[in-house]
Amino acid sequence: MNGFMTVLKRDLHLAIRQGIDSMTVVMFFVLIVIIFPFGVGPEPNILARVASGVIWVAALLASTLSLERLFQIDYEDGSLELLSLSSVALEVIVLAKVTAHWLTTGLPLIITAPLLAVLLNMNKEGLLVLILALVVGTPSLSLVGAVGAALILGARRGGVLLALIILPLYLPVLIFGVSAVDAIINGFEAKAQLLILGAFFLAALPLCTWAAATSIKQAIE
Amino acid sequence: MLHRFANPTRFLRIASIAQPWIAWATILLAGTGLYLGLFNSPADYQQGESVRIMYVHVPAAWMAMFCYTSMAIAAGIGLIWKHPLADIAAKATAPVGACFTFLALFTGSLWGKPMWGTWWVWDARLTSMLVLLFLYLGYIALINAFDDPARGTKSSSILVLVGLINVPIIKFSVDWWNTLHQPASVLRMDGPSIDESMLWPLLLMALAFKTYYIWVLLVRIRAEIISNKIRILRLRQVHG
Repeated sequence: MNGFMTVLKRDLHLAIRQGIDSMTVVMFFVLIVIIFPFGVGPEPNILARVASGVIWVAALLASTLSLERLFQIDYEDGSLELLSLSSVALEVIVLAKVTAHWLTTGLPLIITAPLLAVLLNMNKEGLLVLILALVVGTPSLSLVGAVGAALILGARRGGVLLALIILPLYLPVLIFGVSAVDAIINGFEAKAQLLILGAFFLAALPLCTWAAATSIKQAIE
Repeated sequence: MLHRFANPTRFLRIASIAQPWIAWATILLAGTGLYLGLFNSPADYQQGESVRIMYVHVPAAWMAMFCYTSMAIAAGIGLIWKHPLADIAAKATAPVGACFTFLALFTGSLWGKPMWGTWWVWDARLTSMLVLLFLYLGYIALINAFDDPARGTKSSSILVLVGLINVPIIKFSVDWWNTLHQPASVLRMDGPSIDESMLWPLLLMALAFKTYYIWVLLVRIRAEIISNKIRILRLRQVHG
């Protein structure tokens, strides 16, 4: 637990000192969503229809964009190797870094989402479920993405490669995240979808942590 | 058992004996299957002649999933027991599997146009095949992205295993999302629901696809072992 807090604090400090990183992700997220009305036209009912999908897709892309740097910088300057030599299990370090990643990118996205939902003419019930779905869903994105970020350590053209291997794996989160909002807008319950998102998160928590730690181990050996 | 075949030299010897037999089996099976399917089986009462696309489409779709599973098993063996042949087998399977997946999507599209009136629908099965294709492509991209081939093999082995866990989840979520494709009509608990005159050519073609896969796999593994040997020789020349 101590090791977890130390790594988490370190990563948060780094993120805050550098500052610009997590702001860039949020700006990217906002920009993608803002671009959509230009593409599909400004009619309010069309925008309301695609709002949840657009926000989710933008969240996926923004999270993919920021993931490349999750382990890369520490890998290049050697601190990842030092961290792995410490007495703390590599899985715990991975989990701490994923938590820090979610706090610096996932959380700001969730905070910005209501604003974008208003811009896209989404109603109040939909907005509430969207926030809930993002709260349950984005941690899974960070977890699954961490596996990809660990796999591409030392690879050429890491960023594009990361998107290629991670986006197909994000599909379940996207489907249930969007359908939760669609269900509530069309007057059904969204509980089932939210529970499945939660189940996905609970399954991803141990599996992805382990897979990411294994990939890091073979990257630094 | 595993270690008996772990030796690449022994594998090469067995493979060079087995390869012509498997090649002939493929040619015979595909020849009979295609003859029965294209000339000697009835047209469907609903779908007409276009039902014959099935004899390529269905085996290709089966092989797409079979190749991914065997790739995952080989990758797992390679990761756990550090079995060099298993790593090579996983690597050699990926492009073959990707081709089968593409073939299934392509023939499905050709079949969909006369039957459903459209080349593509965002139906559950089609979509999950498309995702499978991208999983294959991601694997191939990852394995080739490293300067050190051993790194690429290990990284992509982990990716296949992660994919293996995720494929059923993707399949389930896509099913839930949208379904139009007909349900399975051969692999069912109460026996196949298609007529014998169509079932036989279909099964022959499925076998032909499988032996074809083994054939190509043997060729690719042999090529890979030989190119590894050449690389080692070159490195030795440089260092020596």
